[in-house]
Amino acid sequence: MPLVIFISHDGSEREVHVASGTTLMHAATDNGVAGILADCGGACSCGTCHCYIDENWTARTGAADDVEAQMLEFVMDPQSNSRLSCQITVSDELDGLVVRLPKSQI
Amino acid sequence: MGSEHAIIVGASHAAAQLGTSLRQGGWDGKISVVGNEALPPYHRPPLSKAYLAGEKHSDELLIRPAAFYEKSNIDLVLGSRVSGLDRKNKVITLHDGGSIPYTKLALTTGASVRKLLIPGHDLEGIFYLRDLNDVNRIRGFIGAGKSAVIIGGGYIGLETAASMRKLGMKVTVLEALPRVLQRVTAPEVSAFYSRVHGEEGVDIITDAVVESLHGNGAVAEVKLADGTSLKADLVVIGVGVLPATELAASAGLEVDNGIVVDEFARTSDPDIVAAGDCTNHYNPIYNRRLRLESVQNATDQAKTAANTLCGTLVPYHALPWFWSDQYDLKLQIAGLSQGFDRVVVRGSSERGRSFAAFYFCGDRLLAVDAVNRPKEFMAVRRALTAGQSADPAKLVDETIEIQLTFL
Repeated sequence: MPLVIFISHDGSEREVHVASGTTLMHAATDNGVAGILADCGGACSCGTCHCYIDENWTARTGAADDVEAQMLEFVMDPQSNSRLSCQITVSDELDGLVVRLPKSQI
Repeated sequence: MGSEHAIIVGASHAAAQLGTSLRQGGWDGKISVVGNEALPPYHRPPLSKAYLAGEKHSDELLIRPAAFYEKSNIDLVLGSRVSGLDRKNKVITLHDGGSIPYTKLALTTGASVRKLLIPGHDLEGIFYLRDLNDVNRIRGFIGAGKSAVIIGGGYIGLETAASMRKLGMKVTVLEALPRVLQRVTAPEVSAFYSRVHGEEGVDIITDAVVESLHGNGAVAEVKLADGTSLKADLVVIGVGVLPATELAASAGLEVDNGIVVDEFARTSDPDIVAAGDCTNHYNPIYNRRLRLESVQNATDQAKTAANTLCGTLVPYHALPWFWSDQYDLKLQIAGLSQGFDRVVVRGSSERGRSFAAFYFCGDRLLAVDAVNRPKEFMAVRRALTAGQSADPAKLVDETIEIQLTFL
């Protein structure tokens, strides 16, 4: 099962193994990773599962689609590597993915 | 572990958040969540959408997997209904006669559907849509080519209509008022949804007075007061919900269109908090008491309630927001439009499928209904949270970036 490393805004790390096909959002909420709220449960409707993809991985996670990109413009503290974690599916290709979490989402 | 025991009644959205927030907030006593359904707390919004359409399995609906509660030391007492609350002795009783003492109690009992008790209401094939079990039963009656009559042109009714059209069913929506979504949106938005549902092949009948339901065992026909007869293989009724306040009322807690709570989610008993659809609470942004039916309110108020139980009083101060997915329409709503005296539209609600309707009362921006306009939704949610208004003249001018319209 692919490994995902979540790094919270205070630097603490959580490593979780999740089944391929799981969204990055579920990887966080199923394992109680603080810093991903996911209020809408993955409908790309709330913008509360915002995260930053480590620059080494952005090519493999791909780019946000138009809806997600519009949402991301108005999340707190957006960066060029901002994504909504509900829109990324974990796969073997993403084994070792490093994700940072914003300080606004607690 | 401490000897204290927090019991959360109702395995809802609010319960999932409350339990999690209690642990995060340092509650080291026991936590139990008592719910009358078989599943741990699950996401309800997909019920009328992806789950009804068969695109999601029930496991995918869970807010957190069962293992999460185990790891967090939160006991799930499922398939169990709380039948009594003895505040003097601080004990709840269960339907099977068991009883559990509590130190602190949280009521997250949600809401129950409003029943339509017209002649024929007890036939087979007539459903409400509130919980997973409802939809599992509905799924036994759906199928391409079958006819569905949906009573109620609110969000639940329209989402159900969209999901059933996707499945190739013939769908008629009956709305008692002159327009769909009348209680919650402006005429422009109602007209938009009527148009799109028409384009997608749904028949909408407004000013419909449903008189009776007919069939031999199972429903086959819906009759309206004006003599109209509609064929129906199933009927789904979505005519609103009522807060589930029976337990609170029976225990003598203050109830007034919901369980009355203060800004810290406390009921009239200091050891009992309440959160979510079942509460009547004060909203400082709109300066009035509200009862909201939404995930946002369930989650945010649950955090307040958990803080209170952990001894940290943080007032509930959140901007309400909602969403509704139908066909290719992503509707996102920020704020509450009730009391508006003016609506301005950015984009066109009359053509295409992308616009935002902004609601004003005087100079004050109250809310936005954003259809396939996530940027407008997100921007307005932030602006309203910050107490900002907007310039209507700039809002209607699409050459002006949304963030430059706020005042």
